[in-house]
Amino acid sequence: MIAHAIFFYTFSIIAVVSAIMVTASKNTVHSVFFLILDFISISCLFIMIGAEFLGMIMLIVYVGAVAVLFLFVVMMLNVAQQKNQWFAGQATSKHIPVGLIISTLIFFEIIIVIGGWKYKPEIFDINNSLANISVSNTHALGQILYTDYIHVFQISGMILLVAMVGAIVLTFRQRSGLKRQSYIKQISRERTEGVEVLEVQSNKGVKIDD
Amino acid sequence: MEYLSIVFQEVYKILFLLVPVLVSVAMIVWLDRRVWAFVQKRQGPNVVGPFGLLQSLADALKYIFKEIIIPSSSNKVIFILAPIVTMTLALIAWAVIPFSATQVLADINVGILYLFAVSSLGVYGIIMGGWASNSKYPFLGAIRSAAQMVSYEVSIGVIIINVLLCVGSLNLNDIVIAQQNMWFVIPLFPMFVIFFISALAETNRPPFDLPEAEAELVAGYQTEYSGMMYAMFWLGEYANILLMCAMGAILFLGGWMSPIDVYPFTLVPGAIWLILKILLLFILFALVKAIVPRYRYDQLMRLGWKVFLPLSLIWVVLTASYLFYFNLLPVN
Repeated sequence: MIAHAIFFYTFSIIAVVSAIMVTASKNTVHSVFFLILDFISISCLFIMIGAEFLGMIMLIVYVGAVAVLFLFVVMMLNVAQQKNQWFAGQATSKHIPVGLIISTLIFFEIIIVIGGWKYKPEIFDINNSLANISVSNTHALGQILYTDYIHVFQISGMILLVAMVGAIVLTFRQRSGLKRQSYIKQISRERTEGVEVLEVQSNKGVKIDD
Repeated sequence: MEYLSIVFQEVYKILFLLVPVLVSVAMIVWLDRRVWAFVQKRQGPNVVGPFGLLQSLADALKYIFKEIIIPSSSNKVIFILAPIVTMTLALIAWAVIPFSATQVLADINVGILYLFAVSSLGVYGIIMGGWASNSKYPFLGAIRSAAQMVSYEVSIGVIIINVLLCVGSLNLNDIVIAQQNMWFVIPLFPMFVIFFISALAETNRPPFDLPEAEAELVAGYQTEYSGMMYAMFWLGEYANILLMCAMGAILFLGGWMSPIDVYPFTLVPGAIWLILKILLLFILFALVKAIVPRYRYDQLMRLGWKVFLPLSLIWVVLTASYLFYFNLLPVN
């Protein structure tokens, strides 16, 4: 149990500290790296409570894909803007009330959920939905997602697909004057149509493009 | 005291796994150069030791004694972290590789997801190295590499789903045992081919070595690295290649299972079969490096997104419908 506690506190301290560093660090790229560290330590915590599938999916989806895109965007930003001046300027002070309201709301939501879970566990019906312990939690998740909640699951997949297509459509623009390469054309080109042997007269030269 | 003895046991096991992996990485570099040379009718490294076997050790020695140069305008912490990340990620993945039914460091339930997660983290070493160098060529190389690795991961993930449909478990040992009657390379042959090519792209091997592309990017993300830090990138890269070969061997070639289930073959320990299969895949990797010219970047992206992804998705539908129609779905 001691080893368990040591690991738990190590991972959670790393998670909390890196979450603070995400907002506190001056360099935006460093922020993203701290975010990645945060994701990794949280997935370690997931694995520690036995939710191994969730932990791995967290690693694959968030760290392996989402954070890479974050890094991409942040790295592409103008280097001059890279200093995080969020707290420095006067203009940002009007964002602070909005942030405060949102964070208080989230804080109270968390308090309500955790308090309810702690003192009135029957409301949340957690014990009934817990699947058979002998089944590994990947199987348990699959058995719930693909039976009772199949429609919700499929609909959420469709929503994601629609969102993706929508994002592509919104950013897609037809550019004119672009030279497109056709692979089939390139591969099926023969020597006879590509090379031409000409009789060149002296002092006349050859005109290549017509 | 009990904790200490457990810790010592585990450390012993880890060393027993990692030291052979590191030695075989050094050997595999030699093999790679040798195969490459033979294809081009050269001799390759043949001077140091018998058949030049110790060439990699000599190279490593040279790297150790070279000066490590850290560019003055680089981001120093991340610059130093990048090769460490690459190397660590390439090594920790070996924890779940089963060398026989019992010889596995961590027999976890989600083994294949762990492998996939670790290989998808591999991109960070390269991005960190490229960005922290604070120089144009490494940055371009890193961005290319990130885009490339993320795109080919998608098709590798879908290919893994194909295998999992036939197995019904995420445990690597279960995946191996499910191939007792027939290796998955036979029913899923097109997926094996796509997996092999995606593995080439995922590990930045030729013909997809655009992140390094020495002719245009002067070795890409590694440009600013020198000495042992460069060597760590290079070791991590080869450890990753070996890992991809091991993944291919486990998913499609029956892992530690002997090819034929008859008496003299079953005596050979599983680890030897796995190593032989990894070697077979690696020699294929090396041959491809020698034979195929480098892809253009847009061709690479097109291959990943417009050819491999739809093909492997269609194959998922086919596999699932076949298994469902003939009532072969592994249900437990």
